[in-house]
Amino acid sequence: MTPLPINDRPEMYLTVAALLLAIGIYGLLRRRTLIGMLISGELIFSAASLNFMAFNRFKAPDPTVGQVFVLFIMGLAAAEIAIALSIIIAVYRNYRSVKTRELSELNG
Amino acid sequence: MDQFPASQMILGGIFLLCVVTTVAGALIAALTARIIRSVCGLAICCIGLAGLYYFLHSPFLALMEILIYVGAVCVTIVFAVMLAEPDEPVRDENFGSTLVWGGLALLVSAAIFWGLWRLGAHQDWTAPTTRLSDGSISAIGKSLLTTYSMAFELISLALLVAIVGALAIARTGRTKDIVQVVGQASRLSGGRPALGLDAGETPGPAGETPAPLPAQLGTKS
Repeated sequence: MTPLPINDRPEMYLTVAALLLAIGIYGLLRRRTLIGMLISGELIFSAASLNFMAFNRFKAPDPTVGQVFVLFIMGLAAAEIAIALSIIIAVYRNYRSVKTRELSELNG
Repeated sequence: MDQFPASQMILGGIFLLCVVTTVAGALIAALTARIIRSVCGLAICCIGLAGLYYFLHSPFLALMEILIYVGAVCVTIVFAVMLAEPDEPVRDENFGSTLVWGGLALLVSAAIFWGLWRLGAHQDWTAPTTRLSDGSISAIGKSLLTTYSMAFELISLALLVAIVGALAIARTGRTKDIVQVVGQASRLSGGRPALGLDAGETPGPAGETPAPLPAQLGTKS
């Protein structure tokens, strides 16, 4: 039995998705500006989408379900980006900064 | 396929190129100090991810990934980068604590990657025996308008609320400044309105020689 070609192995996609999630979490922990944390959050979204698509291709009996789910993830991510960026701009107007260390007005 | 044995190798090479593009883009997005390079890394990562979606038999989602992420999300982030100054600040704490916290973050992410990889790579993923549909674009459209029509309508509502909310949030704190600046300008120029901007809000007759507007409209006075 010949081994599967490299682009038909589910573990390749799952490994890439795990790597994206790990990089996103590392960025979320290490970034010190709001926009950098937002970009790392987008990486985590992408990891979840890739996982969904891999299981959709290799496991699901109905291959439309995962695609529809990932479409909804993309729509909600776009809405989240719009809201988060407007909040960041409002914060920048008030504080003249988007560094997370300086946004400490409620810090007692 | 058997007539061209090199085609499988070419396919594998393109697949590896997509994987490398995705991972390299994610690394650029998470590690660079300047935010604009980070946005470019996110765009590169999404292009590679679109290639992976294509390999997963869904060209529609590959197109949507490029259209939404590269075309909309990255451009929106670039707009916010222009409006704010979000470059990573120089670390002010000492070197030791930077090393400790960086090592801790690296440990957490490495543990998550190791666990997920172990869970994903050492399973026996058996393919399903029957397929209910072929997963084509027409099948996606039918299921969007029949099975998932409620979620489809709800997400349109969520997008509408997000647009209106983003406008409302980003607008606060701006009109007041403009009114203040215009009021100061009209006071400085002896009651004449400045440049005819917001003529209804500044009292006084219409000026024959408009006063120059102060340079920075957005700064707090």
